[in-house]
Amino acid sequence: MNFSVIEPSRHTKWFAGVLVVSYAVITIIPLLWIIATGFKSPTDSIAYPPVVVFEPTLEGYVNLFTERTRATDQMLKEAGKPETWYDQITRERGTIISRPSKYGQRFLNSVIIGFGSTALCMILGTAAAYAFSRFKIPLKDDLLFFILSTRMMPPIAVAIPIFLMFRNLGLNDTHLGMILLYTAVNLSLSVWLLKGFIDEIPIEYEEAALIDGYTRFQAFYKVVLPQAATGIASTAIFCLIFAWNEYAFAVLLTSGTAQTAPPFIPNIIGTSGKDWPAVAAGATVFLLPVMIFTIMLRKHLLRGITFGAVRK
Amino acid sequence: MNNSPIDRLVQNTPGGMAKRIRGLSDRTIAWIFVAPTIFLLLAVNIFPLIWTIRLSFTNFRVNRPNNDVDWVGLKNYQRILSDPDIWNTMQATAHFLFWTITLQVLIGFFLAFLINKKFKGNDMWTTIIVFPMMLSPAVVGNFWTFLYQPQIGLFNYVVTFFTGGDPASFSMIGDPNLAPWAIVIADTWMWTPFVMLICLAGLRSIPDSIYEAAECDRASKWRQFWTLTLPMALPFLMLAILFRGIENFKMFDLVVQLTGGGPGNTTTLTSIDLKREAFEKWRTGYSSAYAVILFVTVFGLASIYVKALNKVKER
Repeated sequence: MNFSVIEPSRHTKWFAGVLVVSYAVITIIPLLWIIATGFKSPTDSIAYPPVVVFEPTLEGYVNLFTERTRATDQMLKEAGKPETWYDQITRERGTIISRPSKYGQRFLNSVIIGFGSTALCMILGTAAAYAFSRFKIPLKDDLLFFILSTRMMPPIAVAIPIFLMFRNLGLNDTHLGMILLYTAVNLSLSVWLLKGFIDEIPIEYEEAALIDGYTRFQAFYKVVLPQAATGIASTAIFCLIFAWNEYAFAVLLTSGTAQTAPPFIPNIIGTSGKDWPAVAAGATVFLLPVMIFTIMLRKHLLRGITFGAVRK
Repeated sequence: MNNSPIDRLVQNTPGGMAKRIRGLSDRTIAWIFVAPTIFLLLAVNIFPLIWTIRLSFTNFRVNRPNNDVDWVGLKNYQRILSDPDIWNTMQATAHFLFWTITLQVLIGFFLAFLINKKFKGNDMWTTIIVFPMMLSPAVVGNFWTFLYQPQIGLFNYVVTFFTGGDPASFSMIGDPNLAPWAIVIADTWMWTPFVMLICLAGLRSIPDSIYEAAECDRASKWRQFWTLTLPMALPFLMLAILFRGIENFKMFDLVVQLTGGGPGNTTTLTSIDLKREAFEKWRTGYSSAYAVILFVTVFGLASIYVKALNKVKER
């Protein structure tokens, strides 16, 4: 038993717990609603009053990944028996799958650009953070502040010249362009966070390694990098989540080949009006990885969101 | 062991040369490590910013590249600052900023205070509460339009269920009076956890011994809160406000998906207005001046605020 005078009483704890849990439940409802809507039929999704118990269907997911054309009874007969379960679902709605939708491609773009920019950002960021942490660099504080200040700019404010610049360089709507752009946006975060993590590694380890005849490079990648592995991993996840979620640059600078999922999902439209189950399915597929990452990151969340300013 | 040709080569290489091959000086390494980052930031952030400033003094239009580009001096700035529509936009932004920050600070601090009571399972519930802020604002904003739909939306159902209003005519994002609140609610839902996390760190940074001393002095809980907890958590609270202020001043994705700036111009925040000027009306010079004004405002306000924050920290 804890008899500390400052330990909250059982009643206080119980009361605090009830309030926090009820907030958590209310705040999670919209997310559960997204997931649930993804498994609803179009009729259920727009029912009044909103239905909580419904017969789950994968129609939303089928509609998300396919484009369909409306078919007459005649055409349906000619098409013959549905071969797969997803054919079956669309036939019941009087439509025939014409081709896969662009969602798969958009999702893949998000993956390529997300991982590409994260990898590049980690390479550049780790090197810069190490240098800022260990070496005397003229105007160090000014440079660090400059790096941070790039984050204050509204994306739309620099989008015009970036748009012009990318157009001249042929980088508009390309994976490479978006990777470079997201890397630049994320560098402030990665340098600041990683500098904090590297600052915490005792400098004596490297000094010992240098005395043992290691070069600076060797000391960096054989001593510092393994020590900073946790920090690098959590920083990488933060960069990945940011690139994954980014919308403003994506919607302004990409339209086809390199478009990521966030500008695409809201525009999923069914054969008659907005197809909410398909939108919800698209959102679910897109949001779930981030939720999993959040659980993995929970110990370092605070550090990440405050650029390392709060370390706990 | 030492007979391989490579080993012999290494042994016979003069010391200075070996050092040059094996290791560069610290100074060189520092520059090799920092230069790519600085270069990329210059290319993708500073160069465009300078370009924006240059364009802001011209009447250039991206969609008419063959027109003559004239130097118009400060005319763009003059037009923006004398345009009443801009002031409406600024007002919408101010309303959004004030209410989101107020609500998020109040709810976030209260939640952190409760979680700090260390009830059983508080870690798990904290992680659940944190989910919304990690998600893509555009996707979430789009989905909130669904929750806000008249008749079929969950949010509207719940509100009309309790108020007894007509579910078909009650529309959060269709009503010019309610739309500014619709974006405040969605943003508060999304970002309260952010403030909560920072406040929680603040509360946890206060050493137990201080409270023990206060208990010994028989200070009431109420007094402890106002004279110990709040002042000691204040720098954290201010940091949270700084982050939310900068982020919400730039706010684009969530709101543009939620209301698209409408109805009318009631939720047209500055970033949305800027996007219209730059990428729909293609008034490049004008919108560049607009961008410069915004950046100077954010930067100026943030600098003043950071100074105040440092003063609070020193106390």
